[in-house]
Amino acid sequence: MKSILIVEDSATTRAMIKTVLEDMGEDVATFEANTGFEALKLLPLERFDLIITDINMPDVNGLELINFVKSNPHYRHIPIVIVTTERSNEDRERGMALGASAYVTKPFGTEEFQDVISKTLNP
Amino acid sequence: MKSSKKDFIAEAEELIEEAERLLIEIQETCRSSINPDTLNALFRTIHTIKGISGLFGFKDVADFSHAFESLLDDLRLGRLQVSEDLVRFLFSNNDALKKVIEDIEADREHDVSEHLQKIESYRNAATGSGAARGADDIQGRVDASILKVLSEYEEYRLKTNIKEGRGIYLCRAVFSLTDFDRLLGELTGLIKSQGEQISTLPTAADLPPDSIGFNLLFGSEKSPEELAPVLKLPVDELVRRRTEAPAPAAPKMPEASIKSASTYVRVDIEKLDRILNTIGELNLARSATNRIAVEMMDTFGHTPLVVDIFKISQTFERKISDLKEQVLEIRMIPIGQIFSRLGQVIRRYSRETGKQIELALYGEDTQIDKFLAEEIVDPLMHIVRNALDHGIEAPEERKRAGKNEAGSIVLKAFQRGNHVVIEARDDGAGIDVLEVRRKAEEKGLLVPGTEVSRRELLDFIFMPGFSTKTEVSEISGRGVGMDVVKEKLSTLGGVVEVETEQGKGTVFTLTVPITLAILKALIVRVGTERFAIPLTSISESLLIEYRDIRTIEGKEVYNLRGEMLPIVSIGGLFGFERSASDRSYAVVVGYGERRLGLFVDELIGQHEVVIKSLGGYFKGLRGFAGAAEIGRHEVILVIDVETIIEESLTRQRAMRHV
Repeated sequence: MKSILIVEDSATTRAMIKTVLEDMGEDVATFEANTGFEALKLLPLERFDLIITDINMPDVNGLELINFVKSNPHYRHIPIVIVTTERSNEDRERGMALGASAYVTKPFGTEEFQDVISKTLNP
Repeated sequence: MKSSKKDFIAEAEELIEEAERLLIEIQETCRSSINPDTLNALFRTIHTIKGISGLFGFKDVADFSHAFESLLDDLRLGRLQVSEDLVRFLFSNNDALKKVIEDIEADREHDVSEHLQKIESYRNAATGSGAARGADDIQGRVDASILKVLSEYEEYRLKTNIKEGRGIYLCRAVFSLTDFDRLLGELTGLIKSQGEQISTLPTAADLPPDSIGFNLLFGSEKSPEELAPVLKLPVDELVRRRTEAPAPAAPKMPEASIKSASTYVRVDIEKLDRILNTIGELNLARSATNRIAVEMMDTFGHTPLVVDIFKISQTFERKISDLKEQVLEIRMIPIGQIFSRLGQVIRRYSRETGKQIELALYGEDTQIDKFLAEEIVDPLMHIVRNALDHGIEAPEERKRAGKNEAGSIVLKAFQRGNHVVIEARDDGAGIDVLEVRRKAEEKGLLVPGTEVSRRELLDFIFMPGFSTKTEVSEISGRGVGMDVVKEKLSTLGGVVEVETEQGKGTVFTLTVPITLAILKALIVRVGTERFAIPLTSISESLLIEYRDIRTIEGKEVYNLRGEMLPIVSIGGLFGFERSASDRSYAVVVGYGERRLGLFVDELIGQHEVVIKSLGGYFKGLRGFAGAAEIGRHEVILVIDVETIIEESLTRQRAMRHV
């Protein structure tokens, strides 16, 4: 069973990502955080196998979250997938430079998304 | 409608309303300076609309909101300069987006390409002035390890703070993992009171595993010495503030919490109706228990068991009544929600026509049933549009009349008994009563020379096809007249009244019941049929001897404590024969000058009823407000008091030719 943390400020997008993940056929448990800050609260409570995060969020943004995870010996191993819009490609590049494993550009197709996730989960 | 589409529309509408609210805030401050938090909140709102529309597969909305978001992003990143013109453009896009959502809801065709093009050309014409990312003004001044995690927006805010001469500070706090949530909230609150928080950077380096650190980057006009005692933490100065000529401070806005503290759930009003139905059925079961208790008492006397059943029945009654109250409370919304939508229309009108309008709102917290609120929006909108269009004069004309150039519209709501009263008052030209009379005679609605009171003359504006302006205008046009307003109010069990003074202005007063869901009704018998009359429209009931009835000018009237009360027989109206006794009950309905005595054969008792619309075959049936179930699957008709008063009074006045 894989534990996945979804960090995204739109509840609908989170729900959608969740559905797409559950449809993948893998045994997944999903955790949801509304902002980067909420994600920080969840991090110590669960051993996550993957973090999927938006960049543009109020309070702690996605880049700060990635930086935190990647500079922390407890969490460094967790792969991160960025979900963001094509317009913010500079933000996305910064995220990749900070150590994210992959990115998906919104709006994305189900298969494309599942493909990225499964490659990241099973490298 | 598919439920996912319904969900989408509900959420999108809510977001667009929020965007409207933020836009108004921006408009009000755009001449001085815009609060970056407000602009950012607007950006985020449109961003969310884009997110949900993409996910639900509404490509047009996604494309449109994407373009809109880019425009806002340019603005928030300083690539576009704020101007009144731009704010107007933002409003028009928000309105257009709203329209697209409405089209989707109604399954209408829509095309967003024109909007996309407009945004595109606006952006092309105006961009280019913004600072490029990574410019050297911050490189070397702020640590690279911080710069690399700033989002583009945060970086722009950092630069803006430097440009405006604020000091840039970094303060580091370490919290325990168990309560960093609360403590960080307190700290950011303090920082926001001293300046603008730019970024929150969590860090775990060199810390025990059960703790978490935060580097908080912020801009402030204060000195490090002033800040440290407030924050109770050491503060690093990254960029020194310019003290010689401080930029004017942005007005402090009440800060909105970014964390969603909302504990609300959205519920379809149909679900609440279903609960009310269930409560109605529970009530029937309760009455049955009561009836059984009475029968047992007759048979067995006051045995402990019988007394117990009585007690339980009473507990039921109390609890069911509590439950009903609670459900009704859920349906209530503050009327301010409706007012703010009207405010939108007024502001837009003022922008488009150059007529200045001052809007004042009172009683925004008055609670009203959500369903009713939605039903009265259009009538109210119509009244407001009329005031804008025909009521309030052009600025020059107002000046000549010695009035303030800006017209005034006052919306006021308050509760009176079981009703909500909404007043819409303007200080415009008022209604010309003589013109109304001339028009009524010309249309053949009034025999020339007939003596009518001022009030009756004013009532003509509510007659179908009556309008004192010959040309139809853009704003109040659309073929909706005051008659539609009146009819709508009447179906809701409410009334609309008008008072006017020439040269001074007009007041429309709408009175609607607080809720329609459950109402107390008096059940009466006429002939073999039973009817329900809503208790809210009844003032009293009397037993009248037929010989006390007088006929004056063809009207049957009864002398009720010195006043003439017109009498109508329900049986007569609906074609039943009058019973053969020499007396009859009269239920007095209506208020003030619009009172009427309704003859009925028997008063059966009070009942709480849930009114269902007649729908289908019986929709056009005048005189009935709906149907209600009163136990054991017996359905009776609910009398529409307003229509009956209307019909009887005009019929008896003998001045109607139609």
